[in-house]
Amino acid sequence: MESLTLSDVEQKYYSDLFVYCDTDNTKKVASNGRVLDLFRAAQLPSEVVLQITELCGATRLGHFGRSQFYIALKLIAIAQSGLPLRVESLNSVKDLPLPRFVVGKNEAEARHAALYQDPDSQGLYPAPGTAVIPRPPGRGHQNKKGHPSSTSLPPEPTSPVVSPHQSPPTSPHSWRKHKRQHSGGNAERQPVVAATGAVWTQFREPQTGPVAGDGMWPSHSPPLPGQESWVSFTADTPPSSTLPAMHPSSVQESTTIRTVASAATTNEIQRQSSTYDDPWKITDEQRQYYINQFKTIQPDLTGFIPGSAAKEFFTKSKLPILELSHIWELSDFDKDGALTLDEFCAAFHLVVARKNGYDLPEKLPESLMPKLIDLDDSAEVPEQTADVGYSASPVEVTPNKSPSMPSLNQAWPEMNQSNEDTAIVHPVPIRMTPSKIHMQEMELKRTGSDHNHPTSPLLAKPPELSEEAKLPASMKFVAANTLSRHPFIPPQTSVPLTGHRVEAESIPGGAAVLTTTSPQQIPQQPNFADFSQFQAFAASEQPSSLPEVDKHIEPGQGAGPLRTVKSDGQADERPSATVNSVPKGSSGPLAPPPKPVRRRLKSEDELRPEDEQHGPQKSNVIAAVLATQPSIPRSVGKDKKAIQASIRRNKETNTVLARLNSELQQQLKDLLEERISLEVQLEQLRPFSHL
Amino acid sequence: MNTNMAVCIAVIAKENYPLYIRSVPTQNELKFHYTVHTSLDVVEEKISAVGKALGDQRELYLGLLYPTEDYKMFRKLHNSFTDVMCNPFHNPGDTIQSKAFDGIVSGMMVQTA
Repeated sequence: MESLTLSDVEQKYYSDLFVYCDTDNTKKVASNGRVLDLFRAAQLPSEVVLQITELCGATRLGHFGRSQFYIALKLIAIAQSGLPLRVESLNSVKDLPLPRFVVGKNEAEARHAALYQDPDSQGLYPAPGTAVIPRPPGRGHQNKKGHPSSTSLPPEPTSPVVSPHQSPPTSPHSWRKHKRQHSGGNAERQPVVAATGAVWTQFREPQTGPVAGDGMWPSHSPPLPGQESWVSFTADTPPSSTLPAMHPSSVQESTTIRTVASAATTNEIQRQSSTYDDPWKITDEQRQYYINQFKTIQPDLTGFIPGSAAKEFFTKSKLPILELSHIWELSDFDKDGALTLDEFCAAFHLVVARKNGYDLPEKLPESLMPKLIDLDDSAEVPEQTADVGYSASPVEVTPNKSPSMPSLNQAWPEMNQSNEDTAIVHPVPIRMTPSKIHMQEMELKRTGSDHNHPTSPLLAKPPELSEEAKLPASMKFVAANTLSRHPFIPPQTSVPLTGHRVEAESIPGGAAVLTTTSPQQIPQQPNFADFSQFQAFAASEQPSSLPEVDKHIEPGQGAGPLRTVKSDGQADERPSATVNSVPKGSSGPLAPPPKPVRRRLKSEDELRPEDEQHGPQKSNVIAAVLATQPSIPRSVGKDKKAIQASIRRNKETNTVLARLNSELQQQLKDLLEERISLEVQLEQLRPFSHL
Repeated sequence: MNTNMAVCIAVIAKENYPLYIRSVPTQNELKFHYTVHTSLDVVEEKISAVGKALGDQRELYLGLLYPTEDYKMFRKLHNSFTDVMCNPFHNPGDTIQSKAFDGIVSGMMVQTA
């Protein structure tokens, strides 16, 4: 057959029609009644119809396959526009209006009219042309007697709910009128609308049967609670979204045009289902809307919405509980009883689609699968939902990690979350003179504020990665920045690379470490290479100790606590760290990091001037640090790469861990089975005393 | 893992009424239902005898008569059961209407062509 390119609108419309005609659901439409009726409804002379049938190849094949059907529809449109019927014109005609079909069935009309007169359908169509994004309520609730649950539904989808059917009830007159009215702007839409209106009326009849649309309707037409309301849905929702545009104008008949921007919404809707191939794709406007809705429930975009809140929210959409339950099943991808932003968008989109008459899929469509947009998802730590928010923030806080701190920031929160017991390297305490301590504090502050600084080796090693990958990275960094003491990525990276225990509380952040090391490192480069010492030390409290570190540093400029940081080794460090972190670290690893970071930033700025008053050593360090600061902008780009690299690394780690997890699970399973069999044997041996 | 063994699957609520029950249609379902109910007695006894060791999953499983590979089935069933329960839209005590749950159960039932 000739190749046929259809616009999105056409594609949708034709598909709906095809489904409508495909009563046997065999994907090919014989020249049965529906098709013939449809063609008759096109109001073309019969020889034209015959010619069309021949041209599209149906005569040859004996039936209308999908492509033949589409070609036939396109030819009908061509014929209706008065153009000669040529195969070449299939693709060459631009801006061809959609084929129009007159509503031929009286009984269908009557039925539809009756249907439409019921109040449910009345409220469907928002005022046309109000290109405002319709209020959410309009969408679904329109059908339900205009229930104004304003927040529950996105504006865009509402329009579909609106009315395509509105026009049909009023029968051809109305839509012819519409056509006239709207011939201007929405020329394309108009015929579509009208046609769809007519078509819909036809569809109405077999409402319970295979309703048109994406073929999805048939299955769902009746099940729902008010047959009528669903009817109106199916009627107006043509997922084909073609309807909306026109209908708004035609809505005049419809009484309650509640939703405002029907036009806008319909456009949105059209766009949303623009790619027929993927009716589940979420457009940007929709996504934005969903995100805003998400924010009303959960201000932190990386956080979760608990099941109860989600239930309330979606119940407002007036969908039946059973369907909401199904939607939940589909969208709660990780089955944790809470919705992430992605899951929420998927759920919302499904609700919207459902409101518009789409049937719910059995499985979650690809485009709605939650993507691992941020590491939180990949971390997949449901029990730490509270920390999820935090994890995001550190990432954001340290967006421009210096290249040397790859993956630190992003990986770290997650790592910390999920691997609290993994090693966050503890800075090994080193002896520090008071001045050194002070200087280190300064450094710490400075580096803290300065995320862009090339990674201080100390800083950011996500606990897990630090051990292997991070070390080399940090070592590199350290080496590279011997003098410059690049700031660590304060929040997360508490991987103290140098064996120095900068902060008394073993500030995980490199800052602390940096500061301590800086004085030493300036004179002694080799110190940077002492990562191995750090590796051994796992300080899960490090993140939490960050804030403490800050606090300690700030008030006591390192005097007391820092002094305690004598090179006592880890043992001392840990207890102190724990001590420090315990009081404060209760808020999960992630929570503190971002805050301390910010604080450090501030304090660093404040301290910076003070720094310069310190001794030459400090000033050297300070100078080094300051020198690195101008490089911040330069390193932003590198940071991104570093971040991406760290993301990759984290993902690898994740897969490794997942594999490990599955292996362990398998072992557990086997052991359990063994146990079961043993117990059974035991039971058999024991007399049946329990019987 | 396609050898199914179940001819009847039932989920019974605490109050001893079925939240979900499905049998291979060919058999005399009533008999199955009765068996399920009587097996509750076995389960109850096992629970009271042993107490809460290792979690309910294993306990309840031991109430069944055939272990080993059926345990996988039980676990799968139990996992999907928890998924259903996690659904905020599901009222505890309602019959289970989840399609996903149905799907998994069908997968476990004896396949009649």
